[in-house]
Amino acid sequence: MFKTYTFPEFDYVRSADQDTAQPVKHPVVIVGAGPMGMTAAVDLAQQGVPVVILDDNNTVSVGSRAVCYAKRFLDISDRLGVGQRIVDKGVTWNIGKVFLEEDHIYSFNMLPEEHHRRPGFINLQQYYLEEYYVDRINSLDTADLRWKNKLVNVEQQGDSVLLSIETPEGPYQLEAQYVIACDGANSKVRAMCGLESKGQIFQDRFLIADVIMDPKKFPPERWFWFNPPFHSGQSTLLHRQADNVWRIDFDLGWDADPEEEKKPENIIPRVKAFLGDDVEFDLEWASVYTFTCRRMDEFRQGNIFFAGDAAHQVSPFGARGANSGIEDTDNLCWKLKMVLDGKAPVTLLDSYSPERTFAADENILNSTRSTDFITPKNHVSRVFRDAVLNLSRNYTFARPLVNSGRLSVPPFLTESALNTADTEMFNCKVVPGAPCTDGSIVYNAEDDFLLSNLGNQFNGLLFVESHTDLTADILQGLTELAVQDVPVKTFVVASHEMELNLPEGSEMVIDKYGVVKERLDAQRGTFYLTRPDQLVTARMRRFDKEQIVAAQNKALGK
Amino acid sequence: MSTLIIEPNLPRPDDFYQTLTDLHRDLSDEQSMDVNARLILLLSNHIGDQAVLEQAMAIAREHIPAAE
Ligand SMILES: Cc1cc2nc3c(=O)[nH]c(=O)nc-3n(C[C@H](O)[C@H](O)[C@H](O)COP(=O)(O)OP(=O)(O)OC[C@H]3O[C@@H](n4cnc5c(N)ncnc54)[C@H](O)[C@@H]3O)c2cc1C
Repeated sequence: MFKTYTFPEFDYVRSADQDTAQPVKHPVVIVGAGPMGMTAAVDLAQQGVPVVILDDNNTVSVGSRAVCYAKRFLDISDRLGVGQRIVDKGVTWNIGKVFLEEDHIYSFNMLPEEHHRRPGFINLQQYYLEEYYVDRINSLDTADLRWKNKLVNVEQQGDSVLLSIETPEGPYQLEAQYVIACDGANSKVRAMCGLESKGQIFQDRFLIADVIMDPKKFPPERWFWFNPPFHSGQSTLLHRQADNVWRIDFDLGWDADPEEEKKPENIIPRVKAFLGDDVEFDLEWASVYTFTCRRMDEFRQGNIFFAGDAAHQVSPFGARGANSGIEDTDNLCWKLKMVLDGKAPVTLLDSYSPERTFAADENILNSTRSTDFITPKNHVSRVFRDAVLNLSRNYTFARPLVNSGRLSVPPFLTESALNTADTEMFNCKVVPGAPCTDGSIVYNAEDDFLLSNLGNQFNGLLFVESHTDLTADILQGLTELAVQDVPVKTFVVASHEMELNLPEGSEMVIDKYGVVKERLDAQRGTFYLTRPDQLVTARMRRFDKEQIVAAQNKALGK
Repeated sequence: MSTLIIEPNLPRPDDFYQTLTDLHRDLSDEQSMDVNARLILLLSNHIGDQAVLEQAMAIAREHIPAAE
């Protein structure tokens, strides 16, 4: 039993759909209420799309899984109305430290910039995250979460999908226009579609233990040891979670016996050797894992979309699992909404798989490289690895080569067919295909953040330094953009407090410290267009309504 | 793109060669491998040019037939 957490038990509730002669048709059915099924459900439901979510279980994720949620995860969760709860309960951290034997050799900072709403990372047990998303789903009338509903068959029939479901009260069927398969690494939907997730299994085993202990002993930072004195020849990771629970990962090597290692009488001495005899702790949970990096060739088959672990898997060094899964649903849901509303051609949906397989490749590459550094594949790799580590004690040049996990940052979708390529010079990290930056702003006379106001629709950012920058032409253009079939809501980003007479559908924000302008390399007159998932899709040095409309059409797959 | 220098470039080749072999005198194979690894890392950082390094790596193993 857990000492710090009580697992909720959700009720199975009979649905009226189980009593009909013909399967009832729904626009979207989501399979799996793990993190990704739930982010997809909230995203669609809060935009008014009715969703049914099926889960074979009736509680949240049991035991030690995801811990670290990256800034992008938090930014998306803010848009989904869950971000604040995660941050309030979670442990904020930005600093990672790397140790070799007894010595601290290297540190990194996941958020080297100020004036972002969210930190580089939050640590929180996956069960809390899931619980908060369940609450959010239950607050939305258009989301219907069905526990103890196990999907047992799917069949694509022309333009829809027939799903067969088992419940405690027997089977029933549903029809769906679209299905999002979020049923995890062993996806049943994937298997039933005759599809595979392909890649490599790493020849190594990790003991993952969650222990409860006094928080005064270690700061809220990510500490990684290569070859520590208490666990010779291997590596160890220590990380703080909520409720004074600490995550410890011990690399055990390939020959370890998982069943033996899982026994408390074997775990406790390892933890004791690590923490020292004077630290009291309680074991909350432990398990032994091997890790895999793999993905499906395509994340779509007909009207079925795959997201999260069903579509791709990475080793946890880098925390790229749930962090990339949420980017999948962030990417897919606005497209489904546009297509279901008839505001974009169905071909918009073709962009999901190429955008997200591109991202998955970057995540798999990073995660594979980290795993290879932590667990060298052969003798010479180990020699190089150890040489890097030893040199990095005294020579700074070697430190960037030390790889204890390259932590999740969103891959920039630079190759996306939805982007409009730059025709002018921009000199900043943000590019078309990247999430827009955050920054402190003043909005309606209150301190706020840019990203809290972007998304769920197309947005424009127009940079001005004086009211004279807004010519009659521009004002006319802003008005027209705001009343289109798919509107563009523009925020006029003012360099300082000023009086502006803006048309309906446009609003002023003040760039409080000038960081928005700086991070987007904007000048007076620069315009950025962002998609409903906050990704920059086009930018230009001068407002040009025709160009903006063309870029928006491109982003809509027209 | 920078290119790897493959013409003679060492001002005193015999001195260099002796220093290199002296470096490994009295070392076990295991120690030599470690020293070589450190040397490669130091020199690579000094060169600091991925394209040049890749050319060197390609030449270093061009004599070994590709695996079937
Ligand atoms: C040790 C460890 C550490 C990790 N650390 C991190 C981290 O720090 N950061 C991070 O981002 N990620 C981390 N991850 C990865 C993260 O846990 C996963 O990426 C994430 O859970 C994937 O979510 P998902 O919704 O795609 O799948 P899952 O969480 O697997 O959820 C799938 C859901 O589908 C349901 N389901 C399955 N089959 C059916 C069916 N036939 N019918 C109905 N429902 C079904 C299941 O009950 C489950 O609820 C870690 C993973 C592990 C193992």
